[in-house]
Amino acid sequence: MKVSESWLREWINPEVSVATLVEQLTMAGIEVDATEPVAGAFSGVVVGEIVAIEQHPDADKLRVCQVAGHPDGGEIQVVCGAPNARAGLKIPFATVGAQLPGDFKIKKAKLRGVESFGMLCGQTELEAGDDDTGLWELAADAPVGQDLRDYLNLNDTLIEVDITPNRGDCLSVRGLARELGVINRLGVNPVVVSPVAAAITDTVAVALQAPEACSRYVGRVIRNIDVSAPSPLWLQEKLRRSGVRLIDAVVDVTNYVLLELGQPMHAFDLAKIDGGIVVRDAREGETLTLLDEQEITLQAGTLVIADGQAPLAMAGIMGGLNSSVTHATQDILLESAFFHPLAIAGRARNYGLHTDSSHRFERGVDYQLQRDAIERATELLLAIVGGEAGPVIEEVTPELPSVQVVTLRHERIASGLHIDLDAETIEDILTRLGLEVDKRTDDGWQLRVPSWRFDIDIEADLLEELARIYGYNRLPTRVPDSPMAIKAHTESRLPLAQLRRHLISRDYQEIVTYSFIDPADNARFDPELAPIALKNPISADMAVMRTTLLPGLVTTLRYNLNRQQSRLRLFESGQRFIPGSNGVDQQPTLAGLVYGPLAAESWSNESRDVDFFDLKGDVESLLAQTGLSHDFSFRAGKHPALHPGQCAEVVVADQVIGYVGAIHPALQQELDIPAGVFVFELELKSLLVARVPSFTPLSRFPANRRDLALLVDRDLPVDSLLDGVRLKAGECLSDLKVFDLYMGKGIDPQRKSVALGLTFQDPSRTLTDDEINGFVGQVVDHLQNQYGATLR
Amino acid sequence: MENLAALTEQALNLVDNAEDLAALDKVRVEYLGKKGSISAQAKMLGKLAADERPKAGALINEAKQQVQDRINKIKAQFERAAIEAQLAEQTVDVTLPGRASELGGLHPVTRTLDRIAEIFAQVGYEVAEGPEIEDDHHNFEALNIPAHHPARAMHDTFYVDEKPFATSGGSYVLRTHTSPVQVRVMETTEPPIRIICPGRVYRCDSDLTHTPMFHQVEGLVVDKNISFADLKGTVDQFLKAFFEVDAPVRFRPSYFPFTEPSAEVDIGCTQCHGKGCRVCKHTGWIEIMGCGMVHPNVFDASGIDPETYSGFAFGIGVERMAMLRYGVNDLRLFFENDVKFLQQF
Repeated sequence: MKVSESWLREWINPEVSVATLVEQLTMAGIEVDATEPVAGAFSGVVVGEIVAIEQHPDADKLRVCQVAGHPDGGEIQVVCGAPNARAGLKIPFATVGAQLPGDFKIKKAKLRGVESFGMLCGQTELEAGDDDTGLWELAADAPVGQDLRDYLNLNDTLIEVDITPNRGDCLSVRGLARELGVINRLGVNPVVVSPVAAAITDTVAVALQAPEACSRYVGRVIRNIDVSAPSPLWLQEKLRRSGVRLIDAVVDVTNYVLLELGQPMHAFDLAKIDGGIVVRDAREGETLTLLDEQEITLQAGTLVIADGQAPLAMAGIMGGLNSSVTHATQDILLESAFFHPLAIAGRARNYGLHTDSSHRFERGVDYQLQRDAIERATELLLAIVGGEAGPVIEEVTPELPSVQVVTLRHERIASGLHIDLDAETIEDILTRLGLEVDKRTDDGWQLRVPSWRFDIDIEADLLEELARIYGYNRLPTRVPDSPMAIKAHTESRLPLAQLRRHLISRDYQEIVTYSFIDPADNARFDPELAPIALKNPISADMAVMRTTLLPGLVTTLRYNLNRQQSRLRLFESGQRFIPGSNGVDQQPTLAGLVYGPLAAESWSNESRDVDFFDLKGDVESLLAQTGLSHDFSFRAGKHPALHPGQCAEVVVADQVIGYVGAIHPALQQELDIPAGVFVFELELKSLLVARVPSFTPLSRFPANRRDLALLVDRDLPVDSLLDGVRLKAGECLSDLKVFDLYMGKGIDPQRKSVALGLTFQDPSRTLTDDEINGFVGQVVDHLQNQYGATLR
Repeated sequence: MENLAALTEQALNLVDNAEDLAALDKVRVEYLGKKGSISAQAKMLGKLAADERPKAGALINEAKQQVQDRINKIKAQFERAAIEAQLAEQTVDVTLPGRASELGGLHPVTRTLDRIAEIFAQVGYEVAEGPEIEDDHHNFEALNIPAHHPARAMHDTFYVDEKPFATSGGSYVLRTHTSPVQVRVMETTEPPIRIICPGRVYRCDSDLTHTPMFHQVEGLVVDKNISFADLKGTVDQFLKAFFEVDAPVRFRPSYFPFTEPSAEVDIGCTQCHGKGCRVCKHTGWIEIMGCGMVHPNVFDASGIDPETYSGFAFGIGVERMAMLRYGVNDLRLFFENDVKFLQQF
């Protein structure tokens, strides 16, 4: 909300600068977004009047004006190009020597041969408004010759405040003044609202059919008004400075009262009301054309102001077009109602609307304000548009909020704020805020909450008020006493941070990508699963919750390849969202990608691109962080985005917890990536466990190694051979290695040679050659029978 | 025996002129070996008179020792020279870069999160995490934000298709803050509670200063006798520790539905030290976090008795902290993942 300093000072005028006012508001919880001067810095501009005007002899768009208002008197010739320049118009007149915003000095000039002594100005040239269509048309009664700054009181500051949703009571000049009064220990100068006596007896019947939603409705008929009468300058200027568009005097006055007192009001054209006013719930499917000319189909649960026939307005949100005040209107019905916040909250948003009125009703409007507001509006209207007012019509239901009484315990102030305020200070602060002491009790107070404070409900709210007015920064500061008790500390959990550190030391860069991605991108990597869709995505390429981290990695790869990178090693940890029959599994996941040369370019490295086993080694070393490497195994797997011949499932306890592999060449081509991409993705849960070490005595006896070179079929997984060895080699096998793999010249093209190193050791004695030969024999026999392996 | 001196002379001469270890060994075999010419002199001892033998024997041994010593000496010289040659040959340019020295790095958000977590871990805060797709209850209702509450407009919420969720009723959202984790912890934990909840959060907003996903760390302390003073002290000390600067910290009344009293926290601008600059929009202050005392309604919703316990909560925007700490001037950089940006951290 924007309000000008001068308007605020009419209500309360502490002897402090505007900067201090702003500071006071800020530190009381009313954030000031910005302050700006009402107009730009200019001088030498007076109210001028075009007394004569004629076409420029040599320019179609220019006219030569004779302007009155110069301090030296007389008529001054000014050449002007504004389309709305006309005789009789009063305008800002920058005389020769005037200084305009932007350090622009007005000098005598010649335009196409005609002399010009000054400039006629529009709003934007004076930085005093947004209207750039032509000259700023001043009121017909503007005093010619007066300095414009004085005439319009332009030495003023706009204060833009950002009111939090709990402080609806501050959404008016009155509310802000009240707050400043509390801070400065000053009384406010409220406008004196004097009841306007009825000149006519006309009334309208009002039926409140939704007694909770609308518990007070105040109305008044005013007849024989002159809508063509313009709002006075002071009113126009206040509205303009608050950013409210001028419409006509009737609407201007209702807007003015909204800003001044905080009561949203509405004016109906009385002639358009068929019978009485009914405040009721909308019937599903009823339609209403709003003031902004859009036709709305109403939903049940929306409160409407209707007549005997149809809805006239969406209560508390926006009036209807048909019953609105027009230039032809003679008689009006003014409305000043209390709509309960719960009846309005969210409704405007349901229709994509947000108005000054709904903004206030949602947050709570003083439920005792309606009568004052209508009297104030009547008084202003009669002065501007004339007419005769009827008596005030008021309907109230028993559901009108009643005074809230809140208990405050003195001890709670001490424990909650850690300060010992005396009773006098407490009462002083609270009564300044408008609370009334209902009762003093043994341990504190019962306080009556003023009708404008919808945010004071419980004791904690009063603590906040005390803290706020006493000053947050004056309150004491300490830190909690920390108990020294030692908590359980498990060793069998591996922190994610350690896995991250490990990947970093293997030259992986961590990335963070959005959790919502392009559905097409997700489908490329996970075509079978339908991801969870956002109902209101920010864009189509951020529309579904990822079921895999791979798209983010690959997108990042491509982003960086387009930025002259050629070697990338990336990882990300985060949740993926797997819909299943039991709801959605939000799985913490770790995924990585390698691309390009194995090592960074260097004087010594042979240049070779990464391959499957480079990545697998990285993953194995990651798994080794757990100390439980043997629990993990790799087996040939299938993944829609991975190369069928270079894809391994990572398995723990018969559960597949992830994949390691090369991106499918077809996908790589589709994504326009020049070389092979290798990725892994692992469910984190199985990795966040750690082995607690357990000591095995060292053997004092020598170890013995035997090497076997075996020929087996090419497609036999080496892992099977190793399983076979472990099965038959006996307990003395202490180590087993694959130390060579050969395919090609010299052996059967269907076969491969696998060299295994078996180490035997017994903890309690030296093994004999015969014993070891026995073990090896069993192994060779088994491998021969089981896998058709032959010794080379 | 007159031959002995000549043989010795010969042998010493050959040793001195040996060109390598092999030549040296050849001299040793030829003169000192079992069949060597000096060794052979001993065979003649039998021909001498018994009283002359000891003296002659001693002479032979002396000669052998003399040659052997000379051989040892020259051999040592050869060995030393060989080492010298090896050293010369093996000398490298130590200024060349080592192999595979590259190191990856943490994303700045993780780095900042870790730093925040470490600071709080010092005094016993534990890390709690939770789901990112949340139900309406935990993200809003339990935090004293009922449907249609105007505060919901402060959270531009992403709603997700609820069909995949097994439990019926209620809508699901991408959590707009990590506060629901606090609720989940309070539902299952007896105070005292001292946690921080780091993680991704989502708001339907995207422009120069907003990304639709960002990170928060929220903290929660629940115990007996926790006061607003404890909150102020904790926040103040944390900010000074995080920025490693003794900047002023101020608290402004504000509004969050889940805390009462609520405060926004400003820190004296870390760039200009309060003089006014672009970073602080010439106010000298930077708005850095929100906090407050846990609202009794939140305690009620989580099954904690607000008459017995009190607590405070705070929320920190991680990207904002990282930007201020490391001088990053564009929020969007965090999620573009340009490695040239990431490698700076």
